[in-house]
Amino acid sequence: MSNQIQKKEKIIREKPENLRQVIMGALFLLIALFIGFVFIRTTDTLMTTTFVMTPGGSKATLPDLVFNTRAALIAISALCAILGVYQLIKGFGKATNWILGFVGILLTTSFLAWGAGGGSINVGGMLRVAIMRSVPIVLGAFSGILCERVGVTNIAIEGMMITGALVGSMFGSLFGLWTGVIAAIISGGLTGSIHAMLSIKYKVNQIISGTIINIFTVGLTSYIVTKILQVAEWQYLNQSGFFPSYSIPLLSKIPFLGPIFFSHNMFVYAMYLLVGILTFALFHTRWGLRLRAVGEHPKAADTLGINVFRTRYLVVILGGMMAGFAGSYFSLGSLGYFEQVMSAGRGFIGLAAMIFGKWTPVGSLGAGLLFGFAESLSTNLSILRFPIPAELLLMVPYILTMVILAGVVGRSQGPAATGVPYEKESL
Amino acid sequence: MTKEPSPKKENFVNVFLEEVSRSSLTIIVLAIFTGFLLGGILAAGTTPEIYDAFEVSFGKGISESLKLIWETYSSLLMGSFGNPSKMIAAVASGETKALQAAFKPFLESLVVTTPYIFTGVAVALGFQAGVFNIGAEGQLYMGAIMAAWAGWTFKGLPPIVHVPLALAVGTLTGFVWGFIPGWLKAKTGAHEVINTIMMNYIAFNFSEYLIRGPFEDPETPFKTRFIEESAHLYRFFEGTSLRLHIGLFIALAVAVIIWYILYKTTWGFEFRSVGLNPYASKYAGINSSWVTILALSLSGAISGLAGAVEMLGVNFRQTQALSTGYGFDAIAIALLANNHPLLCIITAILFGFLRHGSRVMQINTGIPIDIISILQAFIIFFIAAPAIIRTIYRLKEPKPANEPV
Repeated sequence: MSNQIQKKEKIIREKPENLRQVIMGALFLLIALFIGFVFIRTTDTLMTTTFVMTPGGSKATLPDLVFNTRAALIAISALCAILGVYQLIKGFGKATNWILGFVGILLTTSFLAWGAGGGSINVGGMLRVAIMRSVPIVLGAFSGILCERVGVTNIAIEGMMITGALVGSMFGSLFGLWTGVIAAIISGGLTGSIHAMLSIKYKVNQIISGTIINIFTVGLTSYIVTKILQVAEWQYLNQSGFFPSYSIPLLSKIPFLGPIFFSHNMFVYAMYLLVGILTFALFHTRWGLRLRAVGEHPKAADTLGINVFRTRYLVVILGGMMAGFAGSYFSLGSLGYFEQVMSAGRGFIGLAAMIFGKWTPVGSLGAGLLFGFAESLSTNLSILRFPIPAELLLMVPYILTMVILAGVVGRSQGPAATGVPYEKESL
Repeated sequence: MTKEPSPKKENFVNVFLEEVSRSSLTIIVLAIFTGFLLGGILAAGTTPEIYDAFEVSFGKGISESLKLIWETYSSLLMGSFGNPSKMIAAVASGETKALQAAFKPFLESLVVTTPYIFTGVAVALGFQAGVFNIGAEGQLYMGAIMAAWAGWTFKGLPPIVHVPLALAVGTLTGFVWGFIPGWLKAKTGAHEVINTIMMNYIAFNFSEYLIRGPFEDPETPFKTRFIEESAHLYRFFEGTSLRLHIGLFIALAVAVIIWYILYKTTWGFEFRSVGLNPYASKYAGINSSWVTILALSLSGAISGLAGAVEMLGVNFRQTQALSTGYGFDAIAIALLANNHPLLCIITAILFGFLRHGSRVMQINTGIPIDIISILQAFIIFFIAAPAIIRTIYRLKEPKPANEPV
């Protein structure tokens, strides 16, 4: 009898998990059917697709991958169907998200194979661009992680980035690229300190504070561009150029993967380094523990003698510096000059990457790479067999952000005290 | 007994409203004044001639700076209101043409004010219900382009049918554009700030696609077709260059209706109570997720209507997608008005006149229009943190009000 009740309880408790399992299984099957009905039906039996595996930037190459489009699509569809059936019957449990990601990759691959049917597409180059595009998003997410882990919501990343981009370009033009980067970092820190002052000292609502910074920085940068940088005699202030790419010896010689990961400019390597540094600092040092304590339960942290205000100030400024560095990528890392509103919402996408990555550096890197891939995909798709207008493709990263925020991959919970100003009690 | 900090996050709008209710009119006036002062300093600081003057002597530098600031703001005022001496002369002469020319800046400022009233009220409505709609820009955009579509697709309709139809299409599009983030927030908890911004980018790219694709005028590339004559909004001075149209009064009506809904109906009460305290409202039996969805959808609908009115009254066709800024400025308008729909009319007039005047200012003094965004940021900055204004002007701390709002 009691056993039965326990069983019943177990079923009730596990219901949401079961529901998710069924939904995911159905989704996998749906994708399999979609590939079957839409892609395979519109492909000739003899059509072949060529995946070019030369990412460029290095001489290490793989031969092009030529395969029969229809056969490949059938194989992928079948694989999705098998995964779906297994998910419905038994379930992958905790690995579901990974399987979901895998099915996503399968869907994208099949789409590319179908779209490039009868022609070729440079997969290597696309992945290499994906890494580059993900840099500002990942670094922006790091800025978000720092601020939110310490208990301050930061929607001003976008504004800090655009400041960093402008300052980086101007100082870069005058005193060289590295000075530009340092100036961008400092300018990000300054904007961060405004956000910190407003939200910590004056306890202004943090969303409002962030909005103020966004309006201000977008206005100021556009003002400076119109008033100064567009004047002919001042144009030399906006010709910084960008960091050359540098192939890491040995590593960049790895066929296919080498050029994708290890033949970039400084920013990409900085991103790799920062993932490690940040993960270590946040989760394996006393400093990180204190920082997280302030974000989760500032009162407890205060009781233990941690200076909540000082910690928050320092880390928010640090987050601003990170965002400034991320912003300098736009001018010093990719374009070589500053353009109005060139960050185009990457700061906000970075926040989405942070949430998707569950407020961890490694997770955000993964999420940022996904967004980078979406951007890279959207710029490459116009060369396919069925051209989609570029404007529609540009919507893809934004839609993806919304889908991910909506929690297709399960809900995630941020630090408890984020967005709440801390008030020290007077005795 | 010590007060335990609430484990749930406080609603930011609530906190902000309370903050604003504590700040008096003095603070608002001083915030605007200080904003303009800092804007003037910025304008002087970015003008090379000022540095030349400072090299001559310090006094000359200061006097040149003051002259520049005076010129900037006087041409801003002239651009928005018109030249007073011309106005007096025109009234004295009584000629229609002279009158129209003299009052043109004033009337044109009202044309610019119209979308500001809509979007300001839209954002204020969202704030009152505790949601932050940064997507007014995208909603306005989609409303405009879809109203244009309705404007040229239906032919041979009488204006009395065609105009409301096109306005309704625009409003509905805005409604949908607001509904999506509202629904996502209510059902999945996804933050509306990020989602409405994403919807902005989607709106820009989508309308760009429409303008270059299906909606493109075969004769002029990168522009949509013109809307039919029957879809034009009534203009008061038809046949002249004055563009003042009936949309201004639609905007005023919308502001009054939203005020009535918010303060005189049960719906409005539910809106405001969810905005003030979602948890207490839930306890009182108010369906807060429904309020969230409705508030963002209505907010979107009003912004969509703004776009439709702008299309049918001023533009008549959509050209390449460039941000109008109406939706972003709306945040400042709503905050400055303490989210009161009727006060929004006043702040919208302020910003409308600033915006129209700034064009004249740019031509006369070379100070870019973007200074308006900077002024806005300064003004909201000081209103959001009145303590700074109090410190600067040595104002006394007011007693905290016992009853907020």
